[in-house]
Order: sequence, then structure tokens, then C-alpha cells
Amino acid sequence: MVKASQQELEKYKKLQKKYTPPRPWFRNAIQAFLIGGAISMAGEAVRQFFIFGMGMSPKTAGPPTSSVMIFLGALLTGIGIYDQIGRVGGMGAALPITGFSNSIVSPAMEFKREGWVMGVGARMFTVAGPVIVYGLLTAFAVGFVQFALTGGKG
Amino acid sequence: MPSASTFLYAFLIGGLLCVLAQLVVDVIKLTPASTMVLFVSLGAIASGIGLYEPLTKFAGAGATVPLPGFGHVLVQGISEGMSKKGFMGLFAGGLEAAAMALTVAIIIGYLTSVLFNPKG
Amino acid sequence: MGVAVKDAAQEQVKPGAKHLGKQTLVFTTRPGVAATGAIAGPMEGKGPLGSLYDEVTADTILGQKTWEQAEVKMLEKAVSLAVQKAGFQPGEIDFVVCGDLLNQLGASSFAARTLDRPHLGIYGACSCWTEAMIVGSVMVDGGYATRVAIGASSHHDTAERQFRYPTEFGGQRPPTATWTTTGAGGACIVDQSDPGIAGYPRITHGTVGRVVDIGVKDPYDMGSAMAPAAADTIVTHLRDTGRLPTDYDLIITGDLGRVGKALTMDLAAESGFNLEPVLDDCGLHIYYDHQDVHCGASGCASSALVYSSNLHRKLISGEIRRLLLVATGALFSPTSYQQGESIPGIAYAVAIERAEQPQKGASANA
Repeated sequence: MVKASQQELEKYKKLQKKYTPPRPWFRNAIQAFLIGGAISMAGEAVRQFFIFGMGMSPKTAGPPTSSVMIFLGALLTGIGIYDQIGRVGGMGAALPITGFSNSIVSPAMEFKREGWVMGVGARMFTVAGPVIVYGLLTAFAVGFVQFALTGGKG
Repeated sequence: MPSASTFLYAFLIGGLLCVLAQLVVDVIKLTPASTMVLFVSLGAIASGIGLYEPLTKFAGAGATVPLPGFGHVLVQGISEGMSKKGFMGLFAGGLEAAAMALTVAIIIGYLTSVLFNPKG
Repeated sequence: MGVAVKDAAQEQVKPGAKHLGKQTLVFTTRPGVAATGAIAGPMEGKGPLGSLYDEVTADTILGQKTWEQAEVKMLEKAVSLAVQKAGFQPGEIDFVVCGDLLNQLGASSFAARTLDRPHLGIYGACSCWTEAMIVGSVMVDGGYATRVAIGASSHHDTAERQFRYPTEFGGQRPPTATWTTTGAGGACIVDQSDPGIAGYPRITHGTVGRVVDIGVKDPYDMGSAMAPAAADTIVTHLRDTGRLPTDYDLIITGDLGRVGKALTMDLAAESGFNLEPVLDDCGLHIYYDHQDVHCGASGCASSALVYSSNLHRKLISGEIRRLLLVATGALFSPTSYQQGESIPGIAYAVAIERAEQPQKGASANA
């Protein structure tokens, strides 16, 4: 045989369904909620520190808060804990900026053995790169529409 | 001083955004990487139509720490850039606003890879 | 199921004396498996077969600089150990046949560099173990070699970083996922002139599988992708040899996992063979459930370790009289997967019979 027809695949999928354990979506959602919520709350504590402890405005406290969270995500990845948080938390660990940091640090560490340029340098943004690319493209499109509507007066 | 409710809202909104992302992975079956990309873009769009700024006021880090907050920062930076520099700001504003986070990510990411080895 | 298993009626049975039916080779001189070597990683060492491996490594890096080098070391050790246990000097081995999962057969080629014997590198993804057994048996049975060493290896971390995400990436694994086994198996296949032959399990048949692609695309569900190939090879083997499933004490697949095993059973049943009483899967014997590996073990080392540690002993002791070992492979690459291709499967079966003079107690600690 070469390749199954669409019909055969459909038939097989029915059989497959019978034996495939269902994705525990409800449990995953609860875990994502708890882990994602906890990381966000930790972020809030950092933000409050910059606002009340350092006297920053809520707006200027944003970048340093992100930076601290990126540092924490990197540290937990470095000592080998973040992948375990991710196994439990799923997107609850991936979606916060600590997960963004994990997605940068994990390939950087992993491909260090392939050298500093084509290993670390090139692979660092395998997951984070697309996030930046599409984030910036969308933001540009949104900004462009705003520009067209308001003439750039914001 | 910060009130307890600030933390509660951060927890709830941050958690809920993650639940939405988790459902995208489990129900629509996107990969985690694609979901991250999707949510950054959604954040940028939500910011553009004026939904995200109120959310950050309400939930603080609950809205800014998850990735949609990154999309929001980019859009905010672009509108700010446009109000200061006009058309040029459309190009410069996004990364200007994200500059600190990205630079920190690169420096910390690099240093971590120097200091640590993967455990497997 | 119609796809995987075509009617036996439509193929022409032609072949030389050693080619039976459609895809089966008969090894008339019945090459013997003189000895095996099983090197397992630490997590595998904590599994059900932990006490049966020749060596359980303390960590997954083995004092090397990279995981790839660690896998090479494991493969070298497993093959050398098999040769040594068979009572041969490395130089007495005619050929080495090895396979693994890495790009361009990274582990096999570098292990062969050290083993320094003429080398055939083979690729069948996780089916390398039985593919190597077939190639080795052909060489011995055909009179081209008197002793062939075979080996197969896989390593969780080398496989993860090549096929999926970096090992420290915080991703979640779906319930259909299997866990790539860290370890290597080696064996020494000898011809009938070997003085110890009466005490060795004998390889009688090999069935070379077809590439079967049902269209599954999820790399986290390889059991489903490979089950049609496993069923196809098993059914073809039974038809080619005119045997029934119960002619075997055990028909054991390589790394289908729970889901793949159930699917294989159903597919074979559609072709009229009830595998229920004899079918098992090596991937279900590497880890305990509480080791949280979801659907079971996968990787070349799954079938290689289970055979080298446990099945081989049982064939020597006579506890298993006739075994059909069917290692299964998912023939995809990161490139083919990213380009949207489905995952083709393959399976190679070898029939192995117990030693002519079974030695009781050979599997005392089994």
C-alpha cells in the first residue's frame, strides 16, 4: 500500500477514538488557571513593589515588572524547574511572560552544545521569535488602522 | 498601599487568560507555540479596539504578565510614538515600548545559557 | 481493515526456497542469538525490568559532553558487551549492523567508529532492532558471515531536542504521548557452526514490513500512526508462514503503547486473526504507570532492551518456546512533519525459537 485514502482514514479515526484516552481538558484548565493565576499574582506583587516601594507610576512600573518576571522565568528554567511547572500548568506556565522567558532560555541552554553562534545565538528565538514577529506585525496593522483613522494623533 | 483585591483580580484575570489558552490547545488542538503567537496578536487587537487598557487598570499584572499584555504594550507604544513623531512613530513606537523587556530577555537568556546546562 | 492488509489471494507466491509467501524470509540454517547486552538509563532502571539490565547508568550523560555522545557510549557498551558475553574478541566479529533515531544515524556511525568493524548503518526509526536482526540473520544464513553483532539505541533527550522541543521547555504532553526510552541493546548473531549453538535461541523467520501510512499526523500519537503497519506485518507474517497467532507463545510489538496495541488487535481481527491471547507490547514493560509516561515507552531501545534483558533469557530457559518480535517505527522527520506530511509506519517481524537445549534457571531472576 502507499497511503490510505481519506475514507480509510476516517474509518480509522473512529477506531482510534475508541481507544484514545480523552484529553483531560477540564483538569488541564483548572491547573492552567491555578498556575497562571499564581504567576500573575506574583507579577502583581512585583508591580506593587515598584509602585509603592519605589514610587513609580503604574505605567513606568510595567517594564521593570516584566524584566523581573523574565529573570525569574529564566532562573527557574536554568535550575530545571520550569519544565516541571509547565508539565502541570500547561498554558498556565507558557502564557505568562515567565513562559516567554522559558521559551528563550530553554533552546539557548539546549543548543549551547552546537556552539555560541549557530547554537545559542540562532536558536534562542525559535519559539519567542514568532511571538515577536506576529505580535509586532499585528500591532503594526492595528497602529496603521489608527493612523488612517486619526491621522496619527493617537 | 495595595489592597488584597488587587491581588485577587490579578489572580483571576491572569488565570482566566491562561484557561482560554489551554482550551485553545486542548479543544482546537493548536500547538503551544502557535497559541502563544495567537494570544499576542489577540492582545494587540484587543488593545487597538480599546479593551485591553481597562483590563490592565482592573487586574494589573493579571493583564500585563500574560502574553496578550505584550501585544498591548506594542500597540500602546505605536500609538504613543505616532502622537509624538507622527508617521515615523508607527514604525518606531512598538519596539521602543518593548525595548527593556526584550533586551533583558536577551541578556538574561544568554547568561542563563552560559551558567546552566539542561537537566533533561 | 482493507488498507493495511490486502488479500493473500492476490499475491503471487514465487520465490526461491528462502522466500516464503509475500514478504517473509526463511532462515533455513536458523542463526543463533549467542548473547545480548542491555544498557539502560536511570529512569528505565527504576522500571519493572530494572534488575535484568546488564547495566543501569547513574545519569543520562555518562560523563560525556553531550547527550548524543552519551547515546553513542551506551550503544558501544551494549554491542561490546554482547560480543564479550558471547565469548568473542571484538576482532572476531565479521560485521556490525546498528540503527538509531538521530539525524544521519549519529549514534550508530560514531559507535561503529569505536567498534572498528565493518559496519552497516540501518534506519527504521524505532524498528531498528528487528531490522538489524533481519539483516544480521540474512548475512549469517546466507553464509556471508559467521558472526554479526547488532545494536540499536535511543535516548530521551537526544530525541526530544531533535523531534520536539528543547528538554527544559515547559510544554505539556498529551495523554497519547509516549516516552522515548534511554538505553541501548546489543546482540551477537552466530551461525550453526558455533560450538554453543544448541543453547542459543534461533532466528527462523524474518518478515520485512511495508511502509503503511494511514494518515495520522500527530507526532504525539505515534502508537496510532504505527498500528496499521504492525497489524500489516503481523498478518502478512501469519499468512506467509501459514501459522496462527497461537502458534506463538508471545507476539510482542516494539513501542505501540496502550492505544497502538488496542488498535493493532482490532485491525488484525478485521483480517481474521485474533491476537488477544498472545499480543503484548515492549513499550508497556519499560516503565511503571506511576512513572508518568502516559502511553508507554517508545524508541529503538524499547524493543532492544526488552529483548536483550528479558525475552532472550526466557527463550534460553524455554519459558517462551516461540516468539514473534515485531519492532515498529514511525518514519517521520521534523522536516516532513513541519511540511504537513502524515506519519508513515513500518514494522519488521522476526520469529525466534527457544534453544534446542533449554537451560533452566537461565531466567531465574526474571
